[in-house]
Amino acid sequence: MTMPQLDRQSACPRCAEPLEDGDRYCGACGADLTALVRRSSGPAATAVDDADEDRPTLPVNGARARARASLPVAPRPGAPAPPEPPAPPVPSVGSAAASAGAAPRTDPRAAVRSEGGGRGGRAGRGAAAAPNGIPSAPPPEGPYGHGSGNGLGDVPSGRSGPEPLGPRCVACGTGTVDDDGYCEHCGHKQPRERDHMECALETVAAASDRGLRHHRNEDYFTVCQATTPAGTPAAIAVVCDGVSSATRPDEASAAAARAAGDALGDSVARGTHPRKAMHDALVTASEAVNALAEDTPEDPARNAPACTIVSALCAGGLLTVGWVGDSRAYWVPDDHTIPAVRLTEDDSWAAQMVAAGLMDEAEAHADARAHAITGWLGADAYELDPHTASYQPEEAGVVVVCTDGLWNYAESAREMAAAVPHDALSRPLHSAQHLVGYALDGGGHDNVTVAVVPFPMPSGRAGSA
Amino acid sequence: MANFSKSNAPRFSVDVYQNEYLPEGGQEVNAIVTVTSTGGGTTGGMPLPVTDPARAALGGGSGAAVVIMVDCSGSMDYPPTKMRNARDATAAAIDTLHDGVAFAVVAGTHQAREVFPGGGRLAVADDMTRAQAREALRGLTAGGGTAIGTWLRLADSLLGSADVAIRHGILLTDGRNEHEEPDQLRASLESCSGRFTCDARGVGTDWEVKEVTGIASALLGTADIVADPGALSADFTQMMEGAMGKEVADVALRLWTPQGSRVKFLKQVAPSVEELTSRRTDAGPRIGDYPTGSWGDESRDYHVCVEVPAAGVGQEMLAARVSLVLPTPGGGTPQTLSQGLIRAVWTDDMVATTSINPQVAHYTGQAELAQAIQLGLDMRKSGDEAGATAKLGRAVQLANASGNADTAKLLSKVVDVVDAAAGTVRLKAKVADADEMTLETRSTKTVRVKK
Repeated sequence: MTMPQLDRQSACPRCAEPLEDGDRYCGACGADLTALVRRSSGPAATAVDDADEDRPTLPVNGARARARASLPVAPRPGAPAPPEPPAPPVPSVGSAAASAGAAPRTDPRAAVRSEGGGRGGRAGRGAAAAPNGIPSAPPPEGPYGHGSGNGLGDVPSGRSGPEPLGPRCVACGTGTVDDDGYCEHCGHKQPRERDHMECALETVAAASDRGLRHHRNEDYFTVCQATTPAGTPAAIAVVCDGVSSATRPDEASAAAARAAGDALGDSVARGTHPRKAMHDALVTASEAVNALAEDTPEDPARNAPACTIVSALCAGGLLTVGWVGDSRAYWVPDDHTIPAVRLTEDDSWAAQMVAAGLMDEAEAHADARAHAITGWLGADAYELDPHTASYQPEEAGVVVVCTDGLWNYAESAREMAAAVPHDALSRPLHSAQHLVGYALDGGGHDNVTVAVVPFPMPSGRAGSA
Repeated sequence: MANFSKSNAPRFSVDVYQNEYLPEGGQEVNAIVTVTSTGGGTTGGMPLPVTDPARAALGGGSGAAVVIMVDCSGSMDYPPTKMRNARDATAAAIDTLHDGVAFAVVAGTHQAREVFPGGGRLAVADDMTRAQAREALRGLTAGGGTAIGTWLRLADSLLGSADVAIRHGILLTDGRNEHEEPDQLRASLESCSGRFTCDARGVGTDWEVKEVTGIASALLGTADIVADPGALSADFTQMMEGAMGKEVADVALRLWTPQGSRVKFLKQVAPSVEELTSRRTDAGPRIGDYPTGSWGDESRDYHVCVEVPAAGVGQEMLAARVSLVLPTPGGGTPQTLSQGLIRAVWTDDMVATTSINPQVAHYTGQAELAQAIQLGLDMRKSGDEAGATAKLGRAVQLANASGNADTAKLLSKVVDVVDAAAGTVRLKAKVADADEMTLETRSTKTVRVKK
């Protein structure tokens, strides 16, 4: 590969200051090197050409991880797809007819670490955009290594902010970082764990990024695996997008994603019918978001915490989606000659206009009001109307579960299919990273979160799907 | 049963109100910082038990000392009720003193004279000393000039003799500071600034508003007019109660701002407008302290305006860190009482960047209100009727819009209001001096945002 690699850069592309091995930001001008590399590497679509190259995404990361003892990173940079080394946390949990979701937050993370396929060490901002496995420098943020969407406020990551960032500000390189996560010299906010999150399990992977125009990531995701009482494995992906005009959208999305993921995991383990399980999970997520409004009677001028939700559950040949708001799920067949389809209908102004026949899709989406959502999770939602749908795909493919940060750049099913790498079925994490990169290359105007669920699931030890 | 574990020091809390969103290229960050101290006055102003070790360590018995400075210049005899009322008011203030508080009374003319207890000392308040002080007040007679700087210097030396945390003065004058140069008063204020706080009152209508408000500003106290000498006792009692409620002195508002930024201004905006920008003392790199004086159970608002280097959309920075600090005896690292963060977030969301925080808008209006009144009255004095009408009209409009009813009422004694909402007014042909001076003295009083 001849793509520029960060580690080989000897000088800052912006100010030509000599760089040291592993610098993420230029010490002189503070430029974000990963971003500059990404921008100079051209459109991400080229990745498709290299799609079958099963290169590890993070060779450098692994090496680095060993170098820094504090990184709780799986050093093995293996690809996510192949059967895993004998590290069994997920199956073992699953075999107990429980699910990863049943023991929330810790299990998926444990799975990631032990599998190694989930690149424990998250790539830095923008690194995910490296389309064909460009090794990206590891972030200085060691503890982000658990990589799941469960970063916020969780136990190991609870030692918030500064210390893993090292002693100096990423922007000015001069100041130390205070307890609130700001540089004591120039005041710049230091990167947060939620700025970029990734997680890969055996049967599902997801990536999320702050984007290029927003100051924080208000999206959140949960991915988990579960096993039905019959022993059938199930993959679960939940993606939520916090409503920016409301208070604490970041907390809303995290609460909803966790609650829905946990609820789905529990339901699957109990053998609940998927549609029912999905419906219940959306209601549970809604209650979790409502609960946020109760414990903070704040700012009457702003809306109660709110978010959208979209979730996919793949189990036993059945693909079930559920959603509220304008986050979407697409079905992208592995055989790209078969047309892809969108599985969800937005709760949005644009969708209502189209449904009412007042505008065509292009017109509606061009309107300034297009993104006004008409359904959401939150205490001030008029009436919760959880949508669910089930499908029985006849061919193999992947479900792309995403926020509008992605689909703004690939609105139609056809565009989305074109953006999905050919090897998505075998490399879900890579595909999720690629799609995040696709959105960032398109402008990254919003937070981007993508989960990729292969269907049928990669056959694992737990038996064939 | 007393709660011995409870500290007598007030707890400070800092709340920041701001719109942190800036458009691309935006540099000015505005925030209202509300500082509230609670728990300090929970004794209801009663003397604290001697058994309290923290308290005993603080000031060796009581924590406060007060000096009352009474104008005894010749003009106090015109009318003679003025001197009698001043005497009564001082007696009332002395009656309000809590047991254990150190105090003294100074008679002010073109020089300062100790009335009680004398000998360069302070008396400790108890039933006997209060009675003795009242007796000594009988000796107060009017005669002589006015040199307020000398009064303040004497008060300073008296207060300096006490080992206490809270040092406070109460100053009453009825005339202009005619018997010393303005520079001498200014020098006295500079030397006393930070050493004690002082409330200043003007009685009658022959005194200079800017002198009295200047003294109160410099010494971080309140200023007011007592146009009717008969109202002095009530006012003095209230002032002394306020002084007795103070628990912590020398609190500074500390502002950290990032490299490359500039503090455009910092002012107290509630309960009254008080410009503090120029009173900064550097306390380290990018850190400055602004004096706030002493605190009891109370809440004050500050408007902070910082200019930061512009950053790209999606960036976030800390524009200022606001903390309340208390110097530790012996010059060690000051104790941080509480802090708040002022942020700057650049976004391309027009809705977010164009909205003005209601608190910031409100206090921007209140500051403009105070300024409009002062300019309007100055113009009126200098004969610029058109200018005065415009300024005072604007003041009426602002007072009306913000619900500052007290100020609106004072304005209506100086102008005839035609349309308050539009700010249409006519200057009154005849305005009582007392009304004009009351408006000028109280022009900086603000109201808080209606919640």
